Amino acid sequence: MTATVTAPPRRRGFPKQAVLPWLFLAPGLLLALVFKFLPMGKGIWLSFFKVRPFLGDKWVGLDNYTRVLSDHRFQEAVSHTLLLGLGISLGAIVVGFLLALLLEGQARSLKLVRTAVFLPVVTATAVVGELWRLLYYPTSGGLVNGALGFLGIGPVAFLDNPDTALWATMVMGIWMAAPYNMVIILAGLAGVDRSLYEAAAMDGVSLWQRLRHITLPAIRPAMSIVLTLAAIRGLRVFTEVYVLTGGGPAGSTDVWMTRAYTLGFTRNDIGGASAASVVLLCVTLLLTVTVNYLRKRGDVR
Amino acid sequence: MSAPAIDPVRTPAPGAALGRPSGKQRSTPARFDTALGWSDRPGFGLALRILLCVIALAIFAAPFLTILSGAFSRNPSGSSLSFLPHHPTLLNVKVAGERGIWDYFTNSLVIAGGGLLLQLVVSVLAAYALARHRFRGQALVLTLFMLTMMLPEEVIAIPLSLVLGHVPVLGLDLKGTAWAVILPLGAWGFSVMMLTEFMKDIPTEIEEAARIDGVGELRLLWQIVLPLCRPALGVAGVLGFIMIWDQYLLPLIAAKDPTDYTVTVALSILRSDPQVGSGVVLAGAVIALLPSLIVYLLLQRSLVTGIAAGATKG
Repeated sequence: MTATVTAPPRRRGFPKQAVLPWLFLAPGLLLALVFKFLPMGKGIWLSFFKVRPFLGDKWVGLDNYTRVLSDHRFQEAVSHTLLLGLGISLGAIVVGFLLALLLEGQARSLKLVRTAVFLPVVTATAVVGELWRLLYYPTSGGLVNGALGFLGIGPVAFLDNPDTALWATMVMGIWMAAPYNMVIILAGLAGVDRSLYEAAAMDGVSLWQRLRHITLPAIRPAMSIVLTLAAIRGLRVFTEVYVLTGGGPAGSTDVWMTRAYTLGFTRNDIGGASAASVVLLCVTLLLTVTVNYLRKRGDVR
Repeated sequence: MSAPAIDPVRTPAPGAALGRPSGKQRSTPARFDTALGWSDRPGFGLALRILLCVIALAIFAAPFLTILSGAFSRNPSGSSLSFLPHHPTLLNVKVAGERGIWDYFTNSLVIAGGGLLLQLVVSVLAAYALARHRFRGQALVLTLFMLTMMLPEEVIAIPLSLVLGHVPVLGLDLKGTAWAVILPLGAWGFSVMMLTEFMKDIPTEIEEAARIDGVGELRLLWQIVLPLCRPALGVAGVLGFIMIWDQYLLPLIAAKDPTDYTVTVALSILRSDPQVGSGVVLAGAVIALLPSLIVYLLLQRSLVTGIAAGATKG
């Protein structure tokens, strides 16, 4: 193969020029085919079967879909996913925006603060999960409960209480995503024309109006991208929940993917798990295509 | 579908992602430098800003200090976290070592090193073909690589674990080997897209000349194109490393038994071990945290540029 590739192309003839790019693309396409598209196809295929090891798979049509979609634990998991995704996306945008406004600037001290604040983004999710399990420690010695103790609020068993566990997960998700958004919003803020701020000051415009009419329009494209990325990521949230609560207590933090994981690996219901994954895949693709379409239309206009 | 891109020509200097290009002459007073009009003169505004910065640090950075102090504290109870270790000790690290944390760490390093290398080689080759050659089916290939970004391990986890247990045609069982994690990470659409966009903006004159001189395609790529791609390679490398180190579900389903776990997955083993306290879990967390921390601090600029550029173009 190397010989064909390195030989100087004397003639811009058809065969060599046509084959060459495919040789370069081969490793990537092969890996994508075997480890991405084949599993996807297999997942779609299996979702129509009752998977029985050693007995052979049995065609069941849409049975897996109706069974999974009508399962109330799965329905709950989907609504948890939507709530969590929406809460984390919006929360992280707001917090990220506030952080960006606070930490915008050239000073070296600000750079240091930004470096430190960005740490949650580069930390592996599993480590963040372990960290927050300890922060949420249910006695007043835990860091969060200690802080709440100062405010006179008694120790809360965040992760052991079905009423608070989902919100606790959401706070951790915001904590992880906000600094990421901060960086994107800072890049947007850097593109704002400074002379606009000066002109606004001369016209005696209030700070709020300045933010509303100069800053926000300038970073709106960055914001919309951040939001859609977050929404799509939010749908397939897994590690955060799996590490922090494992879906518990009593399924109160079960999300789409933890449910599918439980079905597939704990209950050995491969068909049902595949059906759940296929539905998620369709929703993700639909969302992505819609967003891309809207964005393209926005670009043209 | 536009590709995420680090653009060598139009993108402002790397520093721009963290503020304004520093070389620029300051033409307006400092209070017009920021959206909120922060002033750097002493006064109420500055005091307020410092206070808010301290709060931000307390929320986002201080928890990392508790990991550190907990990992080196003799008292291994999660209920007494603080910012400074009491009775500093290496005992927790030693116990974590006895539980095999360094083996898990080695697994992680092998996977991160191999995965990153494979990812970069695959991406560079594919990007070169996409940026420098015109061929039939180009749009389709681009779409396929875009799709790989939408097929994260989470969504295809269950069938992927079946495929890893029995790779079609070859009939191999990859489970329990590092390959089972490395190979699925090889084709990452993001780095292919980013490198393609970057290469497209490198002028072709040198290559044309070299081609006329009879330089082969692989040498052309290795000696001429690649050195010019260094900034983009830095971004692809650091984002790729963070992405690989963050993998959780993939090493989980690729493992045959718990000794195959990566260090991040193994933390849950330490946690559920009734004989060790949270000090040991925190020692494990420090070990799992360290590589990504080092990479981040060394290559912070590439990382931040990559995130800002990738996101502003979607």
